[in-house]
Amino acid sequence: MARRVVVTGLGVLAPNGHGLTEFESALREGRSGIRFYPKLAELKFGCQVGGAPQGVEEIKERYFSEEQRFSMKSTVIAFGAIAAVDCWRDAGFDVPESTSEEPDFDTGAIIGTGVAGIDLMCGFAGPMIDGGRTRRMGSTIVEQVMCSGVSARIGGLLGLGGQVSTNSSACTTGTEAIVEAYWQIQAGRAKRMLAGGAEGDSHYTWGSFDAMRVLAANRNQEPERASRPMSASASGFVPGSGAGMLMLESLESALERGARIYAEVLGGQVNSGGQRQGGSMTAPNPLGVQRCIRGALDAAGIRGEEVDAINGHLTATIADPREIASWQAALEVSPKRFPPINSTKSLIGHTLGAAGGIECVASVLELDRGFVHGSLNCEDLHPELEPYRDSIHGETIELEPRIVAKASFGFGDVNGCVIFGKWDSQHNNFDKE
Amino acid sequence: MEHQATFDRVIGIIKPFVKNTDNLATASEETRLLEDLGVNSARLVDIVLAFEDEFDIAIDDESADRVQTLGDAVAVIQEKLQ
Repeated sequence: MARRVVVTGLGVLAPNGHGLTEFESALREGRSGIRFYPKLAELKFGCQVGGAPQGVEEIKERYFSEEQRFSMKSTVIAFGAIAAVDCWRDAGFDVPESTSEEPDFDTGAIIGTGVAGIDLMCGFAGPMIDGGRTRRMGSTIVEQVMCSGVSARIGGLLGLGGQVSTNSSACTTGTEAIVEAYWQIQAGRAKRMLAGGAEGDSHYTWGSFDAMRVLAANRNQEPERASRPMSASASGFVPGSGAGMLMLESLESALERGARIYAEVLGGQVNSGGQRQGGSMTAPNPLGVQRCIRGALDAAGIRGEEVDAINGHLTATIADPREIASWQAALEVSPKRFPPINSTKSLIGHTLGAAGGIECVASVLELDRGFVHGSLNCEDLHPELEPYRDSIHGETIELEPRIVAKASFGFGDVNGCVIFGKWDSQHNNFDKE
Repeated sequence: MEHQATFDRVIGIIKPFVKNTDNLATASEETRLLEDLGVNSARLVDIVLAFEDEFDIAIDDESADRVQTLGDAVAVIQEKLQ
């Protein structure tokens, strides 16, 4: 029998807030984390704005020893480690002080990233190696630039003894990690999985997207208005960075230890559009997207009309109207009955491999606390979205959603969708099955 | 350089790499970096690089491999200083 899976911890380090209290208030108040970066102007980027967590060095000093910080120079590792420690503590556990005890064999981690330690590779290791100074680099490069560097670091900090791995599927990464972890617990292979994504703050990453002309390059003087999902004036996404994690746990384990339960993971799906039928390396096959969403609904055993709110992928490109059309087709509801849909990226930019993680934290907070956060900068709604006007809110609405759907889509034509249900101990009898 | 002065500087250099900081306060020449101080074995590379920078010396791989205790470190450094 498939085990039920619940969310018992959250951790977030976002451009507009660190920790649940700050992040929730930023979501509710529509506080943007997008800033102008003079360095990007010096480097002649088209897009000179972005989102990065603030005060990270100070947080690192509070959270980690000097010995631990020595190999935490890559921002993806630092961001991931901070959010993971927060999530771990939020789930009711202490960070082990000693490394001599037995690991927690019941807990694993799937922590994804899009580009791993590119900041350290391009900014330090590359010049050192090319300059003939390889033997002066020290021992910490591999562990910080290997794709699994972020999960490896977190596994060691927390003493995790289950599967500890990093997944990578471009901008689907964080959501995919959560679906994968959900499947592991559902199948009884783990009691708990820390799951989510992290993306470092690096102009080398952002520059690679700037070169593609896919970033918003026309609002450098008004950064908070630059990320404009669903708007007629959307001209590309704003790059971001950070980390977001969920502690997923079997319901049985959560009840046994009296853990606080935020939400239930009702279902999930990942798939690919195969880069066919209009899909490509950089654009989704709409049929793939729709099948992914339907697959998640089927896994959850719910009908599309039962979805009360959607946290979209919605990056502020021409794909936004197509995404909403796919949601509508998959949910099989008329535009008039379409649920509220929002874009966390309007507040923090597109945090790439971390996006699914951070946006799932937002979705679970909405379920737990009873709101649907507003989307900034969509006053000039895209004309194709006119039929959905009543579902798109610039300001936060007070609503008690029972079911929130979250999807992410990534380069490679890959998709991920997860369905969260409100946890209500009165109506969630363990014997339900 | 005085033996004790070198020892004290070695302690200062390795401090950021030490996990068992309690053992550092009572460290002697016989104290082992990995077993007693909990230094991650990969970090021996970084410690040797730090010795090179701090004392302005070059430490070859063979000499670096000899560093197991604090006393070994002092001996290698003093040898390279001559």
